[in-house]
Amino acid sequence: MTRFERALQRVRPKGRKATGGREAVAVTEVAQSPPVDIAPNDPIIAYFQSASGAVDVDSLELDSPAVQALKDAGVKLVVPLVTQGELIGLLNLGPRLSERDYSGDDRKLLDNLAAQAAPAVRVGQLVQEQEAQVRTRERLEQEMRVATLIQQQFLPKELPEMAGWQVSAFYRPARAVGGDFYDFIELSDGRIAIVAGDVTDKGVPAALVMASTRSIIRAEAERLVSPSKVMERANDLLFPDIPAHMFVTCLYALLDPRTGKIVFANAGHNLPYVRGGDEVVELRATGMPLGLMPGSKYEETEATLGSGETMLLHSDGLAEAHSAEGEMFGFPRMHELMRAAGGGQEVIDTLLSELDRFTTGVEEQEDDITLVTVQRSAHSHLSEGSGSNEMVMPDSNGHHVLAEFQLPSDPGNEREVMDRVEEAVKALGLPEPRLEKLKTAVSEAAMNAIEHGNQGDAGLSVGVQVLLSEDDLRVLIRDFGGGQEIPDAETPDIEAKLAGLQKPRGWGLFLIQNMVDEMQVSSDELHHTVELVLYLKGEADGSDAG
Amino acid sequence: MAATLAEANVRIEGTTAIVDLSGDINRLAEPVLAGAYDEAGRAGATNVILNFAGTEFINSTGIAVIVGILARARAENRAVSACGLTEHYQHIFQITRLADFMPMFPDESAARANAS
Repeated sequence: MTRFERALQRVRPKGRKATGGREAVAVTEVAQSPPVDIAPNDPIIAYFQSASGAVDVDSLELDSPAVQALKDAGVKLVVPLVTQGELIGLLNLGPRLSERDYSGDDRKLLDNLAAQAAPAVRVGQLVQEQEAQVRTRERLEQEMRVATLIQQQFLPKELPEMAGWQVSAFYRPARAVGGDFYDFIELSDGRIAIVAGDVTDKGVPAALVMASTRSIIRAEAERLVSPSKVMERANDLLFPDIPAHMFVTCLYALLDPRTGKIVFANAGHNLPYVRGGDEVVELRATGMPLGLMPGSKYEETEATLGSGETMLLHSDGLAEAHSAEGEMFGFPRMHELMRAAGGGQEVIDTLLSELDRFTTGVEEQEDDITLVTVQRSAHSHLSEGSGSNEMVMPDSNGHHVLAEFQLPSDPGNEREVMDRVEEAVKALGLPEPRLEKLKTAVSEAAMNAIEHGNQGDAGLSVGVQVLLSEDDLRVLIRDFGGGQEIPDAETPDIEAKLAGLQKPRGWGLFLIQNMVDEMQVSSDELHHTVELVLYLKGEADGSDAG
Repeated sequence: MAATLAEANVRIEGTTAIVDLSGDINRLAEPVLAGAYDEAGRAGATNVILNFAGTEFINSTGIAVIVGILARARAENRAVSACGLTEHYQHIFQITRLADFMPMFPDESAARANAS
């Protein structure tokens, strides 16, 4: 109808009448005549479409605004241009220069002209429409290129590398480019913020809002730390400026790679899944999408990723994908696929593979798809007897290994570590005072590993190695508190403690240092190791040790 | 040697309270020792003897608990002494300077003799 209407709007009358003696003058005048607009629902259209030839305007008796307009424009004769049963234009003629009526020959000539001109005009119209469509398509494609550029500019170029963790990400924009984004922000305290978001709407506006949201979150993450506070702040900053009817769903998870602890807040985003063993659970936290209403508050929830467990963050491009038959992919299917898959990248591969199969025959992806997995390595989360999943202890450096074992970080297990070390060194026949000192040092170091290094996470193991050489006996106690600065041991001041100026605690390192001949502390990105050394040579008991 | 929870039995003899301790002296012993000290205070004891004869394990958190009791006792002008410690723990009480504020005696009778 639009095309039809536009065709008619371009119709111009030939002119009211000739005012001079020469036709050339009349032609100049008619070229200045106003166009005649004909509404699509005007009855004249049906009349012209079915007319057998040229129509005298003055003889028309239709209740039609267009007829009056034609008369006012001085049109005397209208020749409908019809091709393939469709009215595609009109030839409007004013009065003859001779002021005589149009003759039968005139009409016949005009009818023949119309019959030949109509298809040609139609072809011209089609070419014009096609050119307009191409221009529109080019404009949209250019807009999509800009949106894609913005979006890809702000997606992480690299995935974070954390010892004991594997991070994978997948992002595939829809043709019309939605507003999906994800981000990783490393905080100075060693934690890492994992962000996944989705801006409603598509194209450049959504991409710009996505870029703003990402920038705000990046700016506030280090300062506010608390996920709920970061979401509150992002919401308050976005709300005044976000375009109407647009908002952002966002999940903000703060992971401590040393312990696996996750604190997260959710602004209306899809709930993350965690796969552990054969179970898949949703991590729940509530909160309104960002930019929807001012002053929104966000629930903050905690969880811990254990050995081999995977957390999946996902946008709704996957769950809301439709098959060729119109069926939705859905969360239950995702849940089941994740349960059946391994972990990490395998989860992403499984979901995408099934999505490809599910959407066979569907020409275009409906929405952006973003998948981020964070998997904790199996070997970073140990308990005794877990077979090959053992903490990697350092090389024994030529020492004879008297014992090597691991225990979970359960409260009180420092006693078990102490007893096992005592058993391991029994054959050395250490003098009682030396043995008692070693036991105290071992139990203190093990307690520190359980409570501080592994932060009491029973899923994290404490690794112990008892090494012997001719010169010394070494006990290495290793935990997963790597990547942290090691504070200097402070000599406790009992007078200050008794006066209430210092806390009563703080004796552990002091005791260890006073119980052994040497204490060495080392740390890498993942582990923290305390090495306790008893010299054997020069000691009364040393002669029996080698 | 499995871990055992601390227990305390309070005996009042005149103005002296003898607290017989057993089990592990660690952070879990805090309510046990605090309860025993309260009991001694309610009984009007001005001397408290901590008898460690039944104790085989004291760690740094246990030392912190003892420091807490000592701090209270100093504030309340109550004397605290220790007995029954093994040589190893006597050594620890010395290097931590607990012994400077809590006299150590080999056994209960020596501690009571000092308290009287």
